[in-house]
Amino acid sequence: MTDAPRSRFAPWLMLAPFLAVFAVFVAWPLATSVVLSTRQTFGPGTSRGVGWGNFEQLFADPLFWRALRNTGLYTVGTVLVQLPLSMLLALALNHPRLRGRAFFRMIIFSPVLVGVVFVAMIFTVLFDKRTGLINQVLHAAIGWDLDFPWLDTYVIPSLIVATLWQYVGYNMVYFLAALQNVSPEMREAALLDGAGPWSRFRHVVIPAIRPVATFVVLLAILGSFQLFELPFILLNGTSGPDNRGLTLVMYLYQTGFQTGDLGYASAIGWALALVLGVFAVVQYSLDRRGVRR
Amino acid sequence: MTRGSDGMDARAGRVGLLACYILVIVATVIIAVPFVWLVCASFKSNADFLLYPFLPRGEGVLGVAWDRLTLDHFRSLFREAGVGRALLNSLVLSSVTAVLATLVCAMGGYALASLEFAGRRLVSNVVMAAVVIPSPLLIAPGFQVLYRLGLLDSYAGLILPAIAPAFGVYLFRQATLSSVPRELLEAARMDACGEVRAFFRVVFPLVQPMVAAFLLMTFLATWNNFLSPQVVLQTPEKMPLAVMIAQLKNVYYQDYGLLMAGTLASILPVGALFLLLQKDFVTGLTSGAVKG
Repeated sequence: MTDAPRSRFAPWLMLAPFLAVFAVFVAWPLATSVVLSTRQTFGPGTSRGVGWGNFEQLFADPLFWRALRNTGLYTVGTVLVQLPLSMLLALALNHPRLRGRAFFRMIIFSPVLVGVVFVAMIFTVLFDKRTGLINQVLHAAIGWDLDFPWLDTYVIPSLIVATLWQYVGYNMVYFLAALQNVSPEMREAALLDGAGPWSRFRHVVIPAIRPVATFVVLLAILGSFQLFELPFILLNGTSGPDNRGLTLVMYLYQTGFQTGDLGYASAIGWALALVLGVFAVVQYSLDRRGVRR
Repeated sequence: MTRGSDGMDARAGRVGLLACYILVIVATVIIAVPFVWLVCASFKSNADFLLYPFLPRGEGVLGVAWDRLTLDHFRSLFREAGVGRALLNSLVLSSVTAVLATLVCAMGGYALASLEFAGRRLVSNVVMAAVVIPSPLLIAPGFQVLYRLGLLDSYAGLILPAIAPAFGVYLFRQATLSSVPRELLEAARMDACGEVRAFFRVVFPLVQPMVAAFLLMTFLATWNNFLSPQVVLQTPEKMPLAVMIAQLKNVYYQDYGLLMAGTLASILPVGALFLLLQKDFVTGLTSGAVKG
């Protein structure tokens, strides 16, 4: 009996720190972000209302479209190159007779632990003309131009390469976990039916890993669209020649903290949220349809 | 099945295994080379950096000129560039953030998983909705909030917003649901153990793998965070490693050895921590995706 009042408050007591921090640092900024996106600000203190002006300006802003295109290209490249490779590696590592699995998995996973800032530092030097390892290897192997300026010419492909190195193991671990869901009975049944590797993959593996796969795809898209640190550091805080490395979050950062217009930055933030929201909804409905089938 | 096709299957199996080995080994080498190269670059003089892709060749063991390796980069890193201070900053920031976030999320997740109360559904929905808010959306208005609260250029302004990630609450809710049996909690309550005591004595030990995973995840995320300190902090002495190393690049842009030594010094502590908590980490990482 004496316990009753205590347990009525207990849940709220345990949730209090989360709710307090959430209210101040998520809910409040989220609410002000709506207001902020209708204002032009000059630093954090002063502002004037512009109504829909920010969004009209954004729509007509070639830099915004450039950033959207760059980010989109990077995302498509990352998803199309990285995820199939991650899947392939997971399938190979999952081979029942492969030895040294833990070792291989650890090495392939290890770049995930390296922060993107430090990955950018490493690739700054790897992509270097003449002294960079990438050009040196390509030069020795296929006679590639030793002075090839990766970060001037092929900014987005370079970013995709660096990201591939960093995250291929991360997605591989997800796929590996998913492959444990494939029941051995199903696999054996398919084998007895004389199904080849491809049709086994198509009819046994894919259905079993489907939930994880869609999750991984969505995660990769959401992560890629928030690209910032890698190009920011690789391109020395600039957006690269002809804005070839300008990303959405980079543009948000530039307008908000270099120009000081937090209002326009908020409008860019909402545009980004809208794009990500569309992906989430598409993924969700595809997922539902998959479940029903 | 005939014998012939059995033999063919076995051969196909062997070819498949070989293909798997080739694929995995090639990937491992490609992943490992930048690390090896990074370590070599950190110990090479800048002259040797330009001459040799890996270690300088010479008369020593394994054909390497070991005596030409140098600790100069690490010396100037700590003496001139002040990386020691940044290392300490990162250590403090990351530990405090990780411990507080784990505590806050574990308590919240437990409350949502095993306590009955009016409003539980509402809070759960808020958590789920918060998980999908893209963080860049909060950068500009978050900066304004910190400005209003007078928290700019302070560690509080960096730590407080980071200690209640909705995703963490969600993870701990899942962990509590799957590893804390209801009967055990009932028993603890019968023994007139208060909710807070029940949490620390019964729940916390049971979700311990998630605690380790989440501690590590948060520590890593804070250690590697670049954008928030860049936005929140102004005083150069307060900067964590990630910002400091990135700034080194603009000052010492031709001193590759120094830059690589700085990078190595920044990723080594994290690597060591990972080796300690490795098992729990992968469990925690995948538990969000793979249900039950």
